Amino acid sequence: MQYTFIILVENKPGVLNRVSSLFRRRNFNIESLAVGRTDNSEVSCMTIVADCANDLDAHKIEANLYKLVNVIDVQDVTHQPAVTRDLALIKVRATPEQRAQVNNLADIFRARIVDVAADSVIVEATGTEEKIEGMVELLRPIGILEMVRTGQIAMTRGEHSGIRRTPGANGNGWHEEEFVVEA
Amino acid sequence: MKLSGAEILWECLTREGVDVVFGYPGGANMPIYDAMLSSSVHHVLVRHEQGAAHMADGYARASGKVGVAMATSGPGATNLVTGIATAMMDSSPVVFITGQVHSRLIGGDAFQEIDVTGITLPITKHNYLVTRADEVAEVVREAFYIARSGRPGPVLIDICKNAQIEKTEFIYPEKVKLPGYKPHSHAPKADLQRAVELIEKAERPVILCGHGIIMSGAEEVLHHFAVKTNTPVTSTLLGLGAFPASHPLSLGLMGMHGEAHCNLAIQKADLLLAFGMRFDDRVTGTLNTYAPGAKKIQIEIDPSELHKNVPVDVPLLGNLKTVLTDLIPMVDEYEHEEWLKEIGEWQTYGEALSIMDWPDDGKLYVSHIIHDLWTATGGDAIVTTDVGQHQMWTAQYYFLEKPNRWITSGGAGTMGFGLPSAIGAWFAHKEDEIWTVAGDGGFQMTAAELSTAVQENANVKIAIMNNNFLGMVRQWQEFFFEKRYSAVNITSPDFVKLAEAHGVPARCVTRSDEVQEAIEWARNTSGPVVLEFKVEKEETVYPMVPSGAALDQMLRRPMREMV
Ligand SMILES: Cc1ncc(C[n+]2csc(CCOP(=O)(O)OP(=O)(O)O)c2C)c(N)n1
Repeated sequence: MQYTFIILVENKPGVLNRVSSLFRRRNFNIESLAVGRTDNSEVSCMTIVADCANDLDAHKIEANLYKLVNVIDVQDVTHQPAVTRDLALIKVRATPEQRAQVNNLADIFRARIVDVAADSVIVEATGTEEKIEGMVELLRPIGILEMVRTGQIAMTRGEHSGIRRTPGANGNGWHEEEFVVEA
Repeated sequence: MKLSGAEILWECLTREGVDVVFGYPGGANMPIYDAMLSSSVHHVLVRHEQGAAHMADGYARASGKVGVAMATSGPGATNLVTGIATAMMDSSPVVFITGQVHSRLIGGDAFQEIDVTGITLPITKHNYLVTRADEVAEVVREAFYIARSGRPGPVLIDICKNAQIEKTEFIYPEKVKLPGYKPHSHAPKADLQRAVELIEKAERPVILCGHGIIMSGAEEVLHHFAVKTNTPVTSTLLGLGAFPASHPLSLGLMGMHGEAHCNLAIQKADLLLAFGMRFDDRVTGTLNTYAPGAKKIQIEIDPSELHKNVPVDVPLLGNLKTVLTDLIPMVDEYEHEEWLKEIGEWQTYGEALSIMDWPDDGKLYVSHIIHDLWTATGGDAIVTTDVGQHQMWTAQYYFLEKPNRWITSGGAGTMGFGLPSAIGAWFAHKEDEIWTVAGDGGFQMTAAELSTAVQENANVKIAIMNNNFLGMVRQWQEFFFEKRYSAVNITSPDFVKLAEAHGVPARCVTRSDEVQEAIEWARNTSGPVVLEFKVEKEETVYPMVPSGAALDQMLRRPMREMV
């Protein structure tokens, strides 16, 4: 099953490499990884989607991430109310006659056409993975020339935070806490 | 006052309490070596950078302080790699300082430019690339703090040549600023309570004593806990010395070459108390058959070690000494008479098979030599080992009463560790007797450091167990590859002549009646001394848990026909 983690790291050179190298050497599988700035210039935020058999695997990922000195905070938002988004740019073959058809499809998915060329258009879509997958399936028969995606980014809703696990004598062998971290 | 990056480095090392560094100069660290001339820190010139790494590691393990090793960029730094990995696997606090090419040249394949922070990323606790002189003070301060705190480990600082040369205002940071680094200390009270419930119910408890006891300085607390709860103690290879071997509750070494009664006790236990150990595959045997009837309590500072190999019922996350100290007043005194008696019976049976009772047949057995060494030194020497059969025999027969006096490469099993780590240990305890026990194979891997020992007049005694074989590999080929010996016959130089060529007094021992006298001679000869023992070639380390077998499926030493 896919687990989603929000990871705050110090904004320093090489930190992305430290994180990705950790996933490789511990044999964890990354499905997607997105990284960018936060409102704090010293902190970057990563969203990592990884394949985990269960919560124990999630614990292992979190605990290993904390071994990296530059990692400040790790939250598992898989089972938390959260907004997750992926952004896709999709170049579709479209003759002037087909443009309307692409446009209609884009409308249904609340996507936009952001570039028009003689025989292709670029569609920009944001949304959950499923939504984008759904659109891609419908565009495929028309002819996809290129596609790039950012990978998922995530944010918990309202007061909620993700789950933070610390090993302890509780339930499955760890304490789960939901609390707001001060930046 | 403005200082160069190199001057700042030495000033910071001094402030960290460093009195000795082990290293080797080269193009990219020349400014550091130049600035060293005005520093009071003693520098030990090694013969190969791997030696410097192991010396700093040996120093760290013997002193409990942070060791320091240095090398130049490129090949100098890559020569450190085995030593860095060795320190990492055994959580040894060592700071490595490497020179790097000018920051302007990075990425351009300059002469002796190698991506050292990249190479060492997975084998350090943390590493730094320093490109400016004004980063040096902060980075050195952080590096030492990270190396020694939490779960200790190696930290590498790669310093660009320009950062060594440039001058900057020297500001010593009063505090380290590491927002993401918070080592755990106390475990929650409720968790301790859960542990107490298990301890109270246990009828067959066993303490698994690991390196963490020594790293956190918890020997006395452990002693207190074991005695109060009347719980027997078995040790991992690196946990030896944390609990006095002569104590009635001490069972000895567990695991692949552990004592049979220890492994039986673990397999039959109803409670395992894992203190600062990580259930390495060398101590568990197959996981699905491991301690099937036992509840498990694990005290551990590194959250990633909890539930890693063996799921535990009560994980106590925190500093071992702190957590154990919190736990002691919460537990009662218990009897465990039956249990101790049962273990005692296994122990008696084991002793009947022991090689120690063999009558003297004139031949040399490593275990007997180790016993003689133990007797001669009153069990009070600092002993380092190389890796192989002799390492296991030393672990089995050099009984340790105190911590930080047993130095061996456990997690990495690095051949070549013995001699350099002994030299490092000598710098930590010059007044003490220091022995290293090595095989003929491993000794040759870092034998060049004999020359370093001579240059420093390091008072280390070197016992080479020469069986003309890569003994441990030979043993595996004997058991698991139908005795098809492949690449395990090893020839050696005349070790006595080799030593003498270095100006090191040496003797070769071929008969059992010469052993004690040779050991005494070595002890009474000052400076480095080599003793070569021509030991039995095809001896086997028993017991042995074959890989893939359950922990109690040990191969035992066959009963010997007495003649
Ligand atoms: C650097 C390194 N290379 C290879 C090995 C694999 N290995 C483990 S024990 C051993 C044999 C050691 O032989 P020797 O030093 O003669 O000691 P003995 O086992 O005979 O006591 C070997 C080759 C190792 N542990 N380390």
